[in-house]
Amino acid sequence: LKVINCCVWDPSGEIFELKAELNSDKKEKKKEAVKKVIASMTVGKDVSALFPDVVNCMQTDNLELKKLVYLYLMNYAKSQPDMAIMAVNTFVKDCEDPNPLIRALAVRTMGCIRVDKITEYLCEPLRKCLKDEDPYVRKTAAVCVAKLHDINAQLVEDQGFLDTLKDLISDSNPMVVANAVAALSEIAESHPNSNLLDLNPQTINKLLTALNECTEWGQIFILDCLANYMPRDDRESQSICERVTPRLSHANSAVVLSAVKVLMKFMEMLPKDLDYYGTLLKKLAPPLVTLLSAEPELQYVALRNINLIVQKRPEILKHEMKVFFVKYNDPIYVKLEKLDIMIRLASQANIAQVLAELKEYATEVDVDFVRKAVRAIGRCAIKVEQSAERCVSTLLDLIQTKVNYVVQEAIVVIKDIFRKYPNKYESVIATLCENLDSLDEPEARAAMIWIVGEYAERIDNADELLESFLEGFHDESTQVQLQLLTAIVKLFLKKPTETQELVQQVLSLATQDSDNPDLRDRGYIYWRLLSTDPVAAKEVVLAEKPLISEETDLIEPTLLEELICHIGTLASVYHKPPSAFVEGSRGVQHKRLPARMGAGLGAAPAAMPASLGGAPAVGGGLGDLFDLGGGVGMPTGSYVAPKTAWLLAMKAKGLEISGTFARRGGIIQMDLSLTNKAMSVMTDFAIQFNRNSFGLAPAGPMQVLTPLSPNQTIDVSLPLSMSGPVMKMEPLNNLQVAVKNNIDVFYFSCQYPLSLLFVEDGKMDRQVFLATWKDIPNDNEAQFQIKDIHLNSDVASNKLQGSNIFTIAKRTVEGQDMLYQSVKLTNGIWVLAEMRIQTGNPNYTKTNGFRDCMQKQMYDSTSVVRFSSK
Amino acid sequence: MSASAVFVLDLKGKVLICRNYKGDVDMSEIDHFFTLLMQQEEEGLVCPVMSHGNVHFLNKRASPVPCVQVFTEYFKELEEESIQDNFVVVYELLDELMDFGFPQTTDSKILQEYITQKGNKLEVAKTKVPTTVTNAVSWRSEGIKYKKNEVFIDVIESINVLVNANGSVMSSDIVGSIKLKTMLSGMPELRLGLNDRMLFALTGRDKGKSVAMEDVKFHQCVRLSRFESDRTISFIPPDGESELMSYRINTHVKPLIWIESVIEKFSHSRVEIMVKAKGQFKKQSVANNVEIHVPVPSDADSPKFKASTGHAKYVPEKNLVVWSIKSFPGGKEFLMRAHFGLPSVENHELEGRPPITVKFEIPYFTVSGIQVRYMKIIEKSGYQALPWVRYITQSGVWRVCCWTTALTRTSRTAAA
Repeated sequence: LKVINCCVWDPSGEIFELKAELNSDKKEKKKEAVKKVIASMTVGKDVSALFPDVVNCMQTDNLELKKLVYLYLMNYAKSQPDMAIMAVNTFVKDCEDPNPLIRALAVRTMGCIRVDKITEYLCEPLRKCLKDEDPYVRKTAAVCVAKLHDINAQLVEDQGFLDTLKDLISDSNPMVVANAVAALSEIAESHPNSNLLDLNPQTINKLLTALNECTEWGQIFILDCLANYMPRDDRESQSICERVTPRLSHANSAVVLSAVKVLMKFMEMLPKDLDYYGTLLKKLAPPLVTLLSAEPELQYVALRNINLIVQKRPEILKHEMKVFFVKYNDPIYVKLEKLDIMIRLASQANIAQVLAELKEYATEVDVDFVRKAVRAIGRCAIKVEQSAERCVSTLLDLIQTKVNYVVQEAIVVIKDIFRKYPNKYESVIATLCENLDSLDEPEARAAMIWIVGEYAERIDNADELLESFLEGFHDESTQVQLQLLTAIVKLFLKKPTETQELVQQVLSLATQDSDNPDLRDRGYIYWRLLSTDPVAAKEVVLAEKPLISEETDLIEPTLLEELICHIGTLASVYHKPPSAFVEGSRGVQHKRLPARMGAGLGAAPAAMPASLGGAPAVGGGLGDLFDLGGGVGMPTGSYVAPKTAWLLAMKAKGLEISGTFARRGGIIQMDLSLTNKAMSVMTDFAIQFNRNSFGLAPAGPMQVLTPLSPNQTIDVSLPLSMSGPVMKMEPLNNLQVAVKNNIDVFYFSCQYPLSLLFVEDGKMDRQVFLATWKDIPNDNEAQFQIKDIHLNSDVASNKLQGSNIFTIAKRTVEGQDMLYQSVKLTNGIWVLAEMRIQTGNPNYTKTNGFRDCMQKQMYDSTSVVRFSSK
Repeated sequence: MSASAVFVLDLKGKVLICRNYKGDVDMSEIDHFFTLLMQQEEEGLVCPVMSHGNVHFLNKRASPVPCVQVFTEYFKELEEESIQDNFVVVYELLDELMDFGFPQTTDSKILQEYITQKGNKLEVAKTKVPTTVTNAVSWRSEGIKYKKNEVFIDVIESINVLVNANGSVMSSDIVGSIKLKTMLSGMPELRLGLNDRMLFALTGRDKGKSVAMEDVKFHQCVRLSRFESDRTISFIPPDGESELMSYRINTHVKPLIWIESVIEKFSHSRVEIMVKAKGQFKKQSVANNVEIHVPVPSDADSPKFKASTGHAKYVPEKNLVVWSIKSFPGGKEFLMRAHFGLPSVENHELEGRPPITVKFEIPYFTVSGIQVRYMKIIEKSGYQALPWVRYITQSGVWRVCCWTTALTRTSRTAAA
């Protein structure tokens, strides 16, 4: 080795010499030569040219030499596939060697030779080794199946190796079981739908037994596999948890994390009022805390996982704030993670302690860390309302230190605090303004400018302050330029008299002298707003802003659920699902937490939304009123359109809502189907409408009494009243709805058929009808034609009456039936209609008085709808 | 998910040895690793996990990752040369440690039985797989023989204390461990008995307020489900040295050595340090090898010391004064004064304010009060075995923040 390293040889000469040595008769010399070859390989030299010579040395009874040759084979077989076939014979022979070490070695190496051509020759030896008497050989063979599957999946399936592998799960040796599980999991990962690991209570029991006996790494395979199992009910889930909890005391932190994963997952299914649930919560905390006494790299991995756990179940670690306090010699990556978790755990109970810590961190020397600490103080203020005042005063103290970067960070977070608690802490503005000159970072400058603009009316010299920024406008970053533009416009709207010149200046700087399209566009919008309608400009620019909340930095719930299923893997460290960083089919399968069992409800098959296809019934035209599908039926109440999907699961974190409207016995009802397509239980439903054209509002709270389990659908009828606030919508029958549950608030809009609003006493007196008919101005008239309706006038009249469209009179002119009808809306507006039906002609000319173009008039005054025929 | 490949690099990022387990990554990807590492180091944001495209690196500096541990046990010291010179063994080890990226056997004692360093004299018939590899008891081989059967039990407790500048204890906990040195023949079955108070503390049944939080970790030889059900610690021990269990107790211990310090910094002229140490433990006990590390500014010079006991010394490369006291009896109080000159030109670089750290060792004493009540040793052959127990309490991370004093003093002098 030394010789090769020190001397510079002519490469071909070196190879030549090695070749000679490899073909030597002396065993010792041969071995030394192979060693030299491997040494060259290790340092990255290409010795593939020696392939045939090295393979020739394969037939040896010297184990060490054999290992070296195998090593060489693994490295170069791929580049010399034809030559690799030469090795097959030896493999087959070695697999029958009396020494189990050699059998295992052969079977291990076989799988590493990734040459498609030779794989089929390896099947027979592998089959034998899978049934070998020695467990060491069996456990190696089990892994070999996974290797082979990676090269040629079809072959493995055809040869029935997968079944053999499944049988090995019941092997008497725990190590074999563990490796079989590992191999099956690996294969299953690349074939998400194969149902390879057919986990059932019996196999689970076997795995749990093996768990107590196998090595630490084997325990990890088994625990990871257990985590994929879905227990049938909470009782089974509890019994698995009980058998897994002892693993929390294992010295290997990977075992602990895998156990935590299983517990976190199965805990989902346990009812929260169960005593065991509380016990489990208590048991989880200590091992997690202990992980933090490991070396920094492990601490980092632990902290990233704890960050997820804290977001999912804050109650586990809520009393453990102290262990996340930063130590002065922690590496920076550990410090930053701890800081993040500290904020997540911050609550009214511990905020004083946290703030004292953060204040100390803010005076450390590591600039990055100090910045994060100052930000953390701001986040605490936003998260724990009661602490806001203390946080602000802490920030002010820090500003007094005049340490440049501390001041800048403090100003950035104070801006956020203003947005969360408006009109509360503005007294500090004076202090902030003192530090204006020291700000040199764009984010801090932008924040300060925002503050000056937002509170321009309270700052006497706001115009001077902003003007001072304007001098170097073009040298500023875009962020600052945009903020400056907005701030000056705000200032102008608040103090128009003194600042006209300033606003002119900034607008021309933004629109004429800038190349940045964002800035220019914003400048133009302001300019036009200000020049056309200053009042509107005021409404737009000075509009009330929504409050910010601490939720913004939380991981989205469905992603969080998936990440919890990946505790202890790379995904939990990156906080990204495996599909985001693993190539190919692996990891595509999204894992989900199991659902909490509610009142013995099993996993009901997914209910499809009532009707997705067909013509959209929204808007409910007259065509619908005729009940086209139903043929000639009895007029039994008003037409009810089939339910349509209003809110899709993918947009609403798993909640799917479909619905329709109906009028039953004079009461308007909204019929909703709520389907839970997420994996967690939904509770606490509530519904609210935006202001709408006819003042529709829920007459009472939405009654969803039982929690909605995954895949469960609940039908709800919500009675509506017409007493809500009125605002004209576009289109007129548009309704904006907000539905809240324990996960989030979701918004959707739907359209109700106008026929919903037709009241029962809409039959007009004949005389009144005649008089009104004449008085209706032409503008209020509209005409429609309805086609393909095979009904005679009587049936049609009957049907329409069901929807509260009343026929006042009927006459027949030139073979055409004329129907005169009246309708009264809930808000007292009358609609008069004339319908002409040509007998024998399926095409009715009828004014669909309820379509968009008519709606404006209908809304404004009494209208007439004239049904006429061509 | 499993590991695709393992690389061992030297300090400059050169690959010393590597083993590709799955063949799904290009082995040249490692070239990106070092660039990434350097880049992160420059940005000051080194993180143990990095990614480049679809390849993810787990970065571990030679510390107890299982395989490194095994290497160290094989070669005594893990150095560049030891890997290069023993590449054959390293390859063999890498082969046994992992298969297709699945960790297999990482117990070096067992590995040593069939992968030997002097691999050249192997004869086929002799090398058999130790049954241990696949046994339920994978950490102990059969047929071990000792003339005299003994077990040495060390109970070691480290105390971590953090005292803030106002002199109040911010956090304190005890990290304890029970270490075994087993010299027993055959396959002995051991049972360790601890005092009840300790057991209750460890299993969270303690209702008293003395113990706030507990956790215990066991070596893989301990039957965890047995401990869970009836609180007995029963096991077949690994041969030789091992850590049987470790535990952590979060409790308010009175700091055993109490430190008070006054550090006065007169800008441009001098620093005066006064440190008072008080032993707050039983008079009968003695703390040995006490070392108190006091930080001083990096530009300090011409040290002068006066200590009531022990001796103080300036360690300029660490910017520390180390005050060492060979033996420190309980209840005693000692004083040390130090005087440093400061240059008239001030160092403008902002310096960290490391805390005062304390190191010590107190034998025959544990803070938690843990006691080994019995150690039962049962072996088929029925030999008599002797257990020996030793207790030591030592300092873990023991820090006393002192910087606030320094700051106020500075400002006061400035005002005067």
